[in-house]
Amino acid sequence: MELNLLQKLNDYTWRVEPHGNMRVPAIFYADEALLRNMDDKVYQQATNVATLPGIVQASYAMPDAHWGYGFPIGGVAAFDAEQAGVVSAGGVGFDISCGVRTLLTGLPKADIMAQQKRLADQLYRYIPAGLGSTGRILLNQIEMDKMLKGGARWAIEQGWGRPEDLERTEEHGCMQGADARQVSVFAKKRQQKEMGTLGSGNHYLEVQHVAEIFKQDIGRIYGLTEGDVVVSIHCGSRGLGHQIGTEFLKEMLIKAVSHGIRLPDRELACAPIKSDLGQSYLGAMRAGINCALANRQILTHLTREAFARVLPEADLRLLYDVSHNTCKLETHEIDGHQRKLFVHRKGATRAFGPGHTDIPEALRTVGQPVLIGGSMGTASYILAGCKESEQRAFSSACHGAGRAMSRHQAKRQWHGRELIDELAQRKILIRSPSLRGVAEEAPGAYKDVAAVVDAANEAGLAHKVARLEPLVCIKG
Amino acid sequence: MTGHWEHFTHAADIGVRGIGQTKAEAFAQTAMALTAVITDPSNVSPQEQTMINCSAPDDELLLVDWLNALIYEIATRNVLFSRFEVDITGANLKARCWGEALDLQRHQPVVEIKGATYTELLVRQDNEQWIAQTVVDV
Repeated sequence: MELNLLQKLNDYTWRVEPHGNMRVPAIFYADEALLRNMDDKVYQQATNVATLPGIVQASYAMPDAHWGYGFPIGGVAAFDAEQAGVVSAGGVGFDISCGVRTLLTGLPKADIMAQQKRLADQLYRYIPAGLGSTGRILLNQIEMDKMLKGGARWAIEQGWGRPEDLERTEEHGCMQGADARQVSVFAKKRQQKEMGTLGSGNHYLEVQHVAEIFKQDIGRIYGLTEGDVVVSIHCGSRGLGHQIGTEFLKEMLIKAVSHGIRLPDRELACAPIKSDLGQSYLGAMRAGINCALANRQILTHLTREAFARVLPEADLRLLYDVSHNTCKLETHEIDGHQRKLFVHRKGATRAFGPGHTDIPEALRTVGQPVLIGGSMGTASYILAGCKESEQRAFSSACHGAGRAMSRHQAKRQWHGRELIDELAQRKILIRSPSLRGVAEEAPGAYKDVAAVVDAANEAGLAHKVARLEPLVCIKG
Repeated sequence: MTGHWEHFTHAADIGVRGIGQTKAEAFAQTAMALTAVITDPSNVSPQEQTMINCSAPDDELLLVDWLNALIYEIATRNVLFSRFEVDITGANLKARCWGEALDLQRHQPVVEIKGATYTELLVRQDNEQWIAQTVVDV
């Protein structure tokens, strides 16, 4: 990206003044190097978002922003329903409520390493991954609707998890306002065999060890100890979310003109929050959030089962579950006034600071855990929402590294088998149904996640708490 | 020159492009490119036939609908396709698609496709050949 297009406010904050049809400025949180490496399309997309009706304050790009669909991936924007604000299917994306949950195992790395291969094999056996893998759970119409209403709470009622998991899940595991009637039969059919499956692409289940703690006080409250092992699960709402995204994107696009909305990009398809279509999407999208929460809950149960076979002494407790593709109605302070806004986070993680009542009580004094995923050989990070975050971007932070290289380039540069062998030498075990899939997801194809996390920390989006290094990765 | 397909680069995902002497042929080739995102199409035996019908207000939306209809078949029936006969009349597309059930060992599917997007979407005639392309989210 050309830096002369931006006004530098400080080393980590850059601004684009409103011009053309922009209603608000665009703000980029990144250091100079990250910004230079961002695609020009990110500039275009962040400024396009700023033209949408009812946008409040600014269109934001996180340090990991990259070329997405309509919104940049790593884009945050909030809309006010009372000012003709919109909800955008493109602003949430195809993988509704894709997110990360991290479980504490209470075991030191040495215990895992003694059983590393057995654990990798058991996890691979228990966790359905990749195209064509099906879950063990087949939902009929009635159960499907209950799942879409109940989310992780429904999953736990079915026996897939512990009641205390809910306290550590965003929305207490159940998104209010979900309306299963707004989810088409096609979306439900696409989900029928996909409950409790990981998916593919950048989705994974990783066993990781805590390699470094940057903030001991927060780490202690999160239950993180250097050298201990955790498990992170990255996936979303599976076929159901993809189908909801596909259908509403088309409908919002076709009806944009009748809603009086001029779209700068078809992918920005949106509808007024107060329109029938806007309400219908919100009901369906919230059902999609519940599907993702239920899915990660079932995967948690399967992970516990796999661990019990190999390391029965492990007690897998949920640290937190947070999504990074959502639109949520939240209260934020704007110019001294509390306003209810529909905050879109596309490839961005909610990062509530200390004291926020939506944070589990046990973690409330230090802020919400922000879980940042890596890719196989690379590190993952745990951050904590901070006070300043509220003033930065409606309490939002980055979500991952973002790709530096296309799948096409990655496939030409790496071979799956060699990559798996190379990682095995570094004591990282990969299990995947597809060698080409592994090559396309090569760690080298991603940007440096450390630089992204440092920028988020310095920009005041969230505090850096811990770095996690992978030991086992189940890849779809 | 007969029809062919290719992939093109997108930062996070992958572009599918079909080229043919007619619009219908370009659409059929784009569908081949879609299969090639998942596996080598030459390993997919064209045994079973599936019919797909869709319609949309313009050619570009029709391409997205066509690819999304295929993605839906792949996702719900665990099938892959390697031969397509496409007929486009006005805003309507009718296609016969031949393929087989997904075989994890033989096809080694690389990735699952979430949906066809409107990014880099175009359907146009250039120098007497048709190009149909878009980016798919994986």
